Amino acid sequence: MNYHWNWGIFFDQVQNGDETYLAWLISALGWTVAVSITAWIMALVLGAIIGTLRTVPHRGISFFANAWVELFRNIPLLVQMFLWFFVVPELLPKDLALWVKQDMPAKEFVTAAICLGLFTSSRIAEQTRAGIQSLPRGQTNAGLAMGFTRAQVYRYVLLPMAFRIIVPPLTSELMNIFKNSSVAFAIGVLELTFVSRQMQEDTSQGIEVYAAVTLLYFICAFAANRGMALVEKRVQVPGYIAGAH
Amino acid sequence: MIEIKNVSKWYGQFQVLTECTTQVAKGEVIVVCGPSGSGKSTLIKCVNALEPFQQGDVVVDGISLSDPKTDLPKLRSRVGMVFQNFELFPHMSITENLTIAQVKVLGRSSDEARDVGLKLLDRVGLTAQAAKFPGQLSGGQQQRVAIARALSMNPICMLFDEPTSALDPEMVNEVLDVMVQLAKEGMTMMCVTHEMGFARKVASRVIFMDHGRIVEDDSKEAFFGSPRSERAQLFLSKILQH
Ligand SMILES: Nc1ncnc2c1ncn2[C@@H]1O[C@H](COP(=O)(O)OP(=O)(O)O)[C@@H](O)[C@H]1O
Ligand SMILES: [Mg+2]
Repeated sequence: MNYHWNWGIFFDQVQNGDETYLAWLISALGWTVAVSITAWIMALVLGAIIGTLRTVPHRGISFFANAWVELFRNIPLLVQMFLWFFVVPELLPKDLALWVKQDMPAKEFVTAAICLGLFTSSRIAEQTRAGIQSLPRGQTNAGLAMGFTRAQVYRYVLLPMAFRIIVPPLTSELMNIFKNSSVAFAIGVLELTFVSRQMQEDTSQGIEVYAAVTLLYFICAFAANRGMALVEKRVQVPGYIAGAH
Repeated sequence: MIEIKNVSKWYGQFQVLTECTTQVAKGEVIVVCGPSGSGKSTLIKCVNALEPFQQGDVVVDGISLSDPKTDLPKLRSRVGMVFQNFELFPHMSITENLTIAQVKVLGRSSDEARDVGLKLLDRVGLTAQAAKFPGQLSGGQQQRVAIARALSMNPICMLFDEPTSALDPEMVNEVLDVMVQLAKEGMTMMCVTHEMGFARKVASRVIFMDHGRIVEDDSKEAFFGSPRSERAQLFLSKILQH
């Protein structure tokens, strides 16, 4: 192999800039984390709501919730990214469209976070629904028999258990969101994938660059995994065996 | 206290309840028995509107369930219910199980709810388990907590749906003892159960159901003396054999 190794590349100045490549990578990691965490919070809140609505015995409501899930999980993420970036602004009322295109702060970041958040919300909605439906029907009856309203049954009885049950699949969703955030490069978010491509083009030190990026993604996913393991431990119910009655 | 008037109910084409009529007076204990699938659970769930019905009416303490203006959650909070599978809330400690509805539904302070809950826990003999979780208790203990949980709402009557049939035999009596005690204190009760010993001890009347109909509704003496229908006689002979 005739490869010219140069691990010092990270301390070189960025072309046409006054920071080092290392500093650039760290700021890229910051954007990756920012897109992922913003999208995660959105996905959790929306996913919980939509997933809950899918279990409500009401035609209109469950149609809406089903449509949401099908819409966001049946279109490739990359295509969704382009749709939000190039197409959705054109469909807005004129003034708003102008503002979005010209003045919206951190336009690429906001678009990427919304897109990834909605995409992931459809997946979390499915898991929430499955979690709720895995609970014995008697739990709902027991809650109602105590005088809870339907909303209170969800709030105090069903959702706390459903969320505990779905912590493992949520862990993979959180890991996925970090990995999927790489798609944001396509609309120009200066996150890890974008910066690594640029850096490889500038320096031709592909192995060093992608080794570093691989390591950073790995650390993100690993941290997500460990973080969720802590959550799982904290919310564990003493004596509870899933599925047992 | 409870009036069931001509109640009929269908699941699609299938008729589960056919013109059921009976009543439970204040302080009475009614035992409902009958073969599996005869509609006992469905009937008892109609009493606190957990199951809707298409015809007839149920009136609880003067309040009609078929009246669309009836506040069903409020009515249910006044009717205690105990289930075959206990249905304690698994993620809450025993104390929380006993207090949550008092706080969220009745608006009691958490201190007051705690006092009420712990007194009832003492009454069912489980004070030592207050900080545990349902999954850490035996079936019999869980069912006693479930009874205490229902009582924590100061119900005007109690419904039991086969409260001992999911229990290991050695735990049946600890639950029945609590129920007998409750009956003796004058609680109005409607119990789906095949525990005929319990029926003999405290029942005012025994109802026998078959294929969604109430086919016997007799005083305990008459029922055990000479049930009129052949089905009831057959059923009794079967469950009294062992
Ligand atoms: N949700 C339901 N949909 C359709 N049929 C049902 C449903 N629930 C109960 N049934 C039927 O109604 C009948 C009465 O059920 P149930 O009241 O549970 O009987 P029991 O408590 O006497 O064993 C049974 O034949 C049962 O299969
Ligand atoms: Mg039953």
